[in-house]
Amino acid sequence: MTCLPARTEKKLGLVIDLDTCVGCQACVTACKEWNTGGHMAPLTDINPYGAHVDGVWFNRVHAYEHTTELGGRTVNFPRSCLHCEQPACVTVCPTGASYKRAADGIVLVDEDKCIGCKLCSWACPYGAREFDSDVGVMKKCTLCVDRIYNDNLAEEDRVPACVAACPTSARHFGDLGDPASAISQLVTERGGIALMPELGYKPTNRYLPPRARSERAAKVDAPALEPIKAEGGFLGWIDRMLSN
Amino acid sequence: MHPAFSVVFFTTATGAGYGLLALLGLLGGLGFIPADFWLGLVGMALALGLIVAGLLSSTGHLGRPERAWRAFSQWRSSWLSREGVASVATFIPATLFGIGWVVLDRSGGWVAAAGLVAAAGAMVTVCTTGMIYASLKPIAQWHSRYTLPAYLIFAAMTGSVLANALFQGFKLGSTAVLTWALLVTLAGWGWKLATWRYNDQLEIPTTANTATGLAGGTVRSIEWPHTEENYLLKEMGFRIARKHSAKLRRITQALAFAAPAILLAIAFFLPWPLCAIASAFAAVAQFGGMLVERWLFFAEAKHTVMLYYGRE
Amino acid sequence: MSNAAPRGANSAPSQRPLVDSRAPDEGDGVETSPEVSDRIAKTTCYMCACRCGIDVHIKDGKVRYINGNKDHPVNRGVICGKGSAGIMQHYSPARLKKPLLRTGPRGSGEFREIEWDEALNIATERLSAIRRTDPKKLAFFTGRDQSQSLTGWWASKFGTPNFAAHGGFCSVNMAAGGLYTIGGSFWEFGEPDWDNTRYFMLFGVAEDHDSNPIKIGLGKLKARGAKVVSINPCRTGYNAIADDWIGIRPGTDGLFVLALVHELLKAGRVDLDYLLRYTNAPVLVVQESGSAGDGLFVRDADGNLLAWDRAAKQPVNAADPEAKPALTGRYEVGGRRCVPVFQLIADRYLDENHSPNAVAERCGVDAETIRRIAAELAHVAFEQTIELPVAWTDWAGRRHETIKGRPVSMHAMRGISAHSNGFHTCRAIHLLQVLLGTVDVPGGFRFKPPYPRPAPPGPKPAGKTVRPMTPLDGMPLGFVCGPDDLLVDEDGLPTRIDKAYSWEAPLAAHGLMHSVIRNAWAGDPYPIDTLMMYMSNMAWNSSMNTVETIAMLTDKDEAGAYKIPFIIYSDAHYSETVAFADLVLPDTTYLERHDCISLLDRPISHADGPGDAIRHPVLQPDRDVRPFQSVLIELGARLGLPCFVNEDGSAKYRDYADYIVNHERTPGIGPLAGWRGKNGGSIGRGDVNPDQLQRYIDNGGFWHHDFSDDQRYYKMGNRAYLDFAVEMGFIAKAEPIVFQLYSEPMQRFRLAARGHGKVQPPKAERGRIEAYMDPLPFWYAPFEDDTVDLQKYPLHALTQRPMHMYHSWGSQNAWLRQITSQNRLFVHHQTAVGLGLADDDWVWIESINGRVKGQIKLIDGVNPDTVWTWNAIGKRRGSWGLKDDAAESNRGFLLNHIIGDQTAADASGKRYSNSDAVTGQAAWFDVRVRVVKCAADEAGFTEPQFERFRQPPNFEPPPDVLRFGAAFRMKREAAE
Repeated sequence: MTCLPARTEKKLGLVIDLDTCVGCQACVTACKEWNTGGHMAPLTDINPYGAHVDGVWFNRVHAYEHTTELGGRTVNFPRSCLHCEQPACVTVCPTGASYKRAADGIVLVDEDKCIGCKLCSWACPYGAREFDSDVGVMKKCTLCVDRIYNDNLAEEDRVPACVAACPTSARHFGDLGDPASAISQLVTERGGIALMPELGYKPTNRYLPPRARSERAAKVDAPALEPIKAEGGFLGWIDRMLSN
Repeated sequence: MHPAFSVVFFTTATGAGYGLLALLGLLGGLGFIPADFWLGLVGMALALGLIVAGLLSSTGHLGRPERAWRAFSQWRSSWLSREGVASVATFIPATLFGIGWVVLDRSGGWVAAAGLVAAAGAMVTVCTTGMIYASLKPIAQWHSRYTLPAYLIFAAMTGSVLANALFQGFKLGSTAVLTWALLVTLAGWGWKLATWRYNDQLEIPTTANTATGLAGGTVRSIEWPHTEENYLLKEMGFRIARKHSAKLRRITQALAFAAPAILLAIAFFLPWPLCAIASAFAAVAQFGGMLVERWLFFAEAKHTVMLYYGRE
Repeated sequence: MSNAAPRGANSAPSQRPLVDSRAPDEGDGVETSPEVSDRIAKTTCYMCACRCGIDVHIKDGKVRYINGNKDHPVNRGVICGKGSAGIMQHYSPARLKKPLLRTGPRGSGEFREIEWDEALNIATERLSAIRRTDPKKLAFFTGRDQSQSLTGWWASKFGTPNFAAHGGFCSVNMAAGGLYTIGGSFWEFGEPDWDNTRYFMLFGVAEDHDSNPIKIGLGKLKARGAKVVSINPCRTGYNAIADDWIGIRPGTDGLFVLALVHELLKAGRVDLDYLLRYTNAPVLVVQESGSAGDGLFVRDADGNLLAWDRAAKQPVNAADPEAKPALTGRYEVGGRRCVPVFQLIADRYLDENHSPNAVAERCGVDAETIRRIAAELAHVAFEQTIELPVAWTDWAGRRHETIKGRPVSMHAMRGISAHSNGFHTCRAIHLLQVLLGTVDVPGGFRFKPPYPRPAPPGPKPAGKTVRPMTPLDGMPLGFVCGPDDLLVDEDGLPTRIDKAYSWEAPLAAHGLMHSVIRNAWAGDPYPIDTLMMYMSNMAWNSSMNTVETIAMLTDKDEAGAYKIPFIIYSDAHYSETVAFADLVLPDTTYLERHDCISLLDRPISHADGPGDAIRHPVLQPDRDVRPFQSVLIELGARLGLPCFVNEDGSAKYRDYADYIVNHERTPGIGPLAGWRGKNGGSIGRGDVNPDQLQRYIDNGGFWHHDFSDDQRYYKMGNRAYLDFAVEMGFIAKAEPIVFQLYSEPMQRFRLAARGHGKVQPPKAERGRIEAYMDPLPFWYAPFEDDTVDLQKYPLHALTQRPMHMYHSWGSQNAWLRQITSQNRLFVHHQTAVGLGLADDDWVWIESINGRVKGQIKLIDGVNPDTVWTWNAIGKRRGSWGLKDDAAESNRGFLLNHIIGDQTAADASGKRYSNSDAVTGQAAWFDVRVRVVKCAADEAGFTEPQFERFRQPPNFEPPPDVLRFGAAFRMKREAAE
């Protein structure tokens, strides 16, 4: 099982728009509330009302300051499983608990097989693995596998909880293996980026970089304002404007 | 990386155990050491005891130890599974060898074959252990050409120093074994120094820029997703101060390499039982030193996920 | 695959389900179609004030999942970080369980449980005695109340003027600034035209006000590549994604905006046609210094405002659509010298003291940037005009073939509001919007019905006379138009406990809840008997000067009696304020109650049409708690308040739900506008419909009416809209709403200060009134800047609201508190270097009011002279169901401790509320501080610390492990 499928029929994943994400945590708690009752339930919280509270979350949002010679920007950065094409978290698993689905490329954990060795979390450069110490097994983002195909949900709701919640439309979902899909086109159009490509995991998810101070920035090419030089200045100008 | 004692002990103990097993299998099977029931019994017990203790310790590290048996299934892709398979498989020739060599007091023939296979199994097992770490790309200090040889050298080293102490203890010591133990200790020292130097100069292409996809300039973490430490930070966010690390490196060198080397060198010139005592001290010091070395192996290893948390 | 058009806000092609959403045959045994819920209840969220529609999925009697309602006009299917965590709020360990009566000293948290009947008896007896003797001795302040049309009406029937909600310490500057200028305001009364705007300016907005609509809107702007400019000292949240972030110095936005006005005027880049049609720019203003009419508008004998007709060269009714009014010049009308309003505007803002060069340093924004922004505004407004191909008719009957728009829009909130100069700054922003011709035009800022209303709108505050057993002659809150409307006695002293509508805060449209505790404690202007509060954490993060506020709540007179004799408090959770109550009335959670989000109250309309909504009980309480509104209605009946009892003395309304359906404020107009009339066929006006609530439930918990295309813009002068508004009861007459760039009501106050009129301020107040009741927007330094030694306290200190928290509520939420359980003080790297501070240091943050200790985090995205922290994270031990070792009460801190609730004493020794001089808005963001590294042995824990509250009876300790959701899975798997 932990051998990777030679190819997957689809490459389902997320695209996250760092130009638009305001760091509101909507995707974070939407993910938590869906998944704590979902496929990998529960997302246990240790000491939830006391010191050093520590819970299982499949999606976490960081904040960074990115400073270049052109200036600085605050960047909110959601981080979750990237459903890699070469997920070492799967191949290192000694029990077959971790696997990559051949049909859609989703990386999952079969909890019943997990021995809680944590090696997958060491093998994941992105920190996508979450250990539930209460039950001693590893948990992770399922790309809402129990939503995206769920017959009990209206068809329009069959998207990952994080995408459904996102108020700024900064999250996108689809088949990144199909170059014709809307999500693939978005990646092309906006120069979507793979994280840590040098490690060779070939993440499926992509991040759209901030546009400010790039050739894609929103610009207004306004000429500088010139004071009214005509006779009578501004008030004279008004009189003439009104008499026209 | 968090230096969990169970894992530190596991790798150190099994390394020494497999090292010792390999030497016993090789030398005993081929008849290079005289068959001695008590030597055989103690030696095999020590080797297998270290291995079993290490494996048990590693099992204790699991979230669900009762499912440990499942770990034998994925040998096609997982070094950890291969380690499990190899370690258990090695018990078969090791047991046969033990029966032949210790109980039946034989060498050569099928006992030699069993001994050689056990030695090979030990080596393979140590290789798989090393590869568990060497294969992890997110940890540059481990994902290097130094890691696998280190595991082999240290297994050979600790096994040899133990074997020497054992032989000496049974008044069966030989200059050859002593020389080998000394040489391999010096080799281990050299390898460790080279590894440290390599790691200290390591230029890791993975940075906060590539981790976030934010090109150019600096990327500084200003807020974590959660204000308290989570699993990732506890497991992968271990930090050791440079000063502390330097001190522990000195202790490692003193205990694991310098002291054993000196004691072994002295042992050349000492009569029995002093040479045996020196050899025993060398083994004990080295084992202690290797625990420190292994602790540092984890503590100094940096995982890429910490780039997301603003920790290098 | 369905062919239906995608619903909801985030339904771009890349956000939709897979084309084929059938589960593939993976064979891994994963249940891809688990049953989600047994039922879905559609109601309204209350995790903040935004009031989004939510679908609550109930499984096995528990809340399984909450998501956004795709049809709801507020959130269109999305949900924020708070909304999704509603589950944990509903199951919070801090929920109160039963009415409580204080047994220990106030503030100890020692209570005994009592039955509801006893609780209501105690309250009734107390309130009844007050009502029989002096109703104003009840101060009823309702905090973050979404039922103010009921609570205010109750206060009015009780007969006390001492009523308000939390607006006075929230954003009354924005509300009043807008309502006195354009007859609407940001957030609840208006929004940017997200679909058409091309240039969006965001002033002083953190996450709040409002939440999801701004996020949805920003998403639209980003998708279109429209430019977003943020003016905010802190580069967080929305400001993080701005194309242009202007890290202005706090409290100087007014200067910045007026410099933009200066630049636009100087370059002649203003919309003269728009000014003539929709504003009082042409109206003539008397210019006779010293006279009683100076600064007032020139009127004819019938009271019509006059302008000067350029063509006829004579005065003309300013409202005459045929007139050709002048905007400039000096005239004489009826022997009085006068000028058009616009002349005054030009005179003031063309002055060089408003030039970018003159203000740059003070604002911390370089002059070049100000000039660039002005040029961009002008360019987009005048060179990128848009035209919608929709014909419409204006108020005067003139038909327009298209709707013309200038796609510049603005939004402003707390950062502007929470300064002592916020009212005028808000007016300055509206002035800028109006000069550009961008209010209620395509691409601009749009009104949400029932706004616009006349500026200022509607009724004046009631409470001039207060008599036993007598209702007020109107609602306690309203809009004054001059000194005659103030609530002051013959000596000019305030008659309200919070001093709203007095010379100290003449335009206090939302009251001053933040001054009630001090005034009641001091007996200034008079002592009260009972302070009744609802849902506002006044003993902690909702008060300035927390330490002293706590002392005032517990202070006793010589006889040993509490100076504030009796405190009744209603809340759903064990907040820091509960422990200070004598009687606690436990409220339900938002999933257990009826509510109405009413057009009579704080509406949730969309610019494209009015709407309202309800809450209804999705789950039954498992505790002995009752919704506060139902309790209030029962109290009203027990007290025999008019309109709460029938003629036979029996209760008129069974509960709040009954009131929502059956109450009529004026004939045909009730709390809900949808499905009125016997058959539910009317909107706005109509008979009571007994099935109304069910109709709302059937429709997903809300009602929304969509305008026809010709009603959507220019609502201030759009006949189709104005007729509709009259029909709905939004406005009295279908007359145009004229933007008041020059505010005559304010000038009336000035005249009183100059000794004119029958109601004049006391001598001591005249200087203040003269200075701050300027009829044109102006900028002045925040008060604290002028009274504090700025060498000693060089830094500004602000709070920002975390997007995932609403005030203090989030910390009891097991999920939300994980995101932030300790707040850091964010300090600019450069500033830290100067102060010798390093990242993670523990520091004292000191103001003239005191000091508080916290840990710093160094950043670059902040104005270097400003430090800031997240709001309301610090918690007092023993509150909110948290354990004693929780980070909130050990490492988190509250900036409130060091924000004074009063200004420094003036020459006469008088101290005012630390508030805007016009509206009484709490000046949270005026505070000046210094930051000092603390001693080594002081690091690691916050101070000041307070005694731990005892826990109410039968409170269970919070769990050590939370496995929420495990039960759903167990049951699911057992069934397989």
